[in-house]
Amino acid sequence: MFRKKYDVIIVGGGPAGLAAALAASEKGAGSVLIIERDNTLGGILNQCIHNGFGLHWFKEELSGPEYAGRFAAMLKKTAVEVAVETMVLSIDAAATADGLSVVRCISPDESVSDIEAGAVVLCMGCRERTRGAIAIPGTRPAGVMTAGTAQRYVNIEGYMIGKKVVILGSGDIGLIMARRMTLEGAKVLACVELCPYSNGLNRNIVQCLEDYGIPLYLSHTITGIRGDRRLESVTVSKVEGGVPVPGTEFDIECDTLLLSVGLIPENELTRNAGIEINPATKGPKVYENMMTMTNGIFACGNVVHVHDLVDYVSAEAMRAGAAAAEYAAGKRVAGRQIGVKTGPGVNYTVPCVIRPDNVEKAVDIFFRTNVPRKKSVINVMSGDTKIAAFKRDYMAPGEMEKITVPKVLLAKAGDTLTVSVSDAE
Amino acid sequence: MKELVCIVCPRGCRLKVDEENGYAVTGNSCPKGAEYGKKELTAPTRVITSTVKISGAAIARCPVKTDRAIPKAMIFDAMKLLDSVELTSPVKTGDVALADVLGTGANFVVTRDL
Repeated sequence: MFRKKYDVIIVGGGPAGLAAALAASEKGAGSVLIIERDNTLGGILNQCIHNGFGLHWFKEELSGPEYAGRFAAMLKKTAVEVAVETMVLSIDAAATADGLSVVRCISPDESVSDIEAGAVVLCMGCRERTRGAIAIPGTRPAGVMTAGTAQRYVNIEGYMIGKKVVILGSGDIGLIMARRMTLEGAKVLACVELCPYSNGLNRNIVQCLEDYGIPLYLSHTITGIRGDRRLESVTVSKVEGGVPVPGTEFDIECDTLLLSVGLIPENELTRNAGIEINPATKGPKVYENMMTMTNGIFACGNVVHVHDLVDYVSAEAMRAGAAAAEYAAGKRVAGRQIGVKTGPGVNYTVPCVIRPDNVEKAVDIFFRTNVPRKKSVINVMSGDTKIAAFKRDYMAPGEMEKITVPKVLLAKAGDTLTVSVSDAE
Repeated sequence: MKELVCIVCPRGCRLKVDEENGYAVTGNSCPKGAEYGKKELTAPTRVITSTVKISGAAIARCPVKTDRAIPKAMIFDAMKLLDSVELTSPVKTGDVALADVLGTGANFVVTRDL
């Protein structure tokens, strides 16, 4: 049974929601509700049975379910309430006379309910791009699915989904599934990557492909899918300048094609609530404390920008949860705003706006570079003035970058900061 | 001299290992990297994660992992052992699902409360 009113409502009980709820509670929010549409907390971590989670946060290597379990155990010691099998339908920001937001949700037990919240934290995560999103030509046989769908079938439901597998995309989920299918007795014939480099972590290239002798075709893509009821073969083509090269096609016989072709932050609720979206990330624009451009609505984790590591999601979500609790308690941030812009070599930044008055000692800026780079310099400029510079030996689009700008330097900045990357001299 | 990507953590350091010089490692950012570089060329090991059957739980499979790394060459034999394991709910994270995998001293342990 829900109350009519909570200090903080968390939308989504995956890694971001778990950490945000914990932080909100620790920061003094008296009533916190997590709304989760699945029948259990943990989100996608539950099907990520491989290890490698938690090295930063817990200083040990955990599997996905263990990582989620640790947070769930910490939450049990708080007064945080959890509503599972409950779906948020809409969010109406600052809708009541006293400025509370209204979250409308639906569940089998309570039908449709409107609940008031002092602050809302969006933790909906992201979903996978599908075959439809990348428009691969061919027939529509069974056996073509996203890597995450396959992961659920194999790791949760206990179904073996195929014997001869091709993987399109070398993101981490695709690489992890290459190893998983191999261990379960399938033959993984190829991992095909459009880019001239992999977007997955290097350790996954090594321990998921190289360990099992799975060939990685860089600058290649799949240009044909054949099969009547079940997938029979795919056509692979070389790619130059983003376009398949005629005459380079070869076929691979297979019964399964797994797609690991990117993740899209899941922001239907966000958009419908009229919250400003950053076209570069497809997630909401946020301030330094993870509040969106709409007062009282916060966001964190993969719904804002896709993270490489769950540890970073937890850290971001702790900041969002704490800030949401403060907002619910009446704290408002005033003063100057500095817009963060992307310069050459930078695809996006989080946050998009920094309010120096709300920065204690320093602010972290997260971003991704556009191409793999060797020795590089990250420049933070305000107009023609260099505010800060950071050196890197190596950068890649697959690895999220973080720079920390001290508060004293923010004082030197004008209305905007521009983050750019250039080759080191 | 052999070049490796370290897999100990997501950082993925690019290691150089000098086989003729006591497997001296360079390019590592931490002591674990030096250890990995030497081990990878002398006696490579991996932690294995998989699932086993479980009855009486909300889902059909229970995730497990080896509680320490086992020799790389044993991976597929270790996987085969899991085919005959069937757990019954309730299980707790850390419960032993299969003890002493192939005489290595490593155990397959449960990684989710089910």
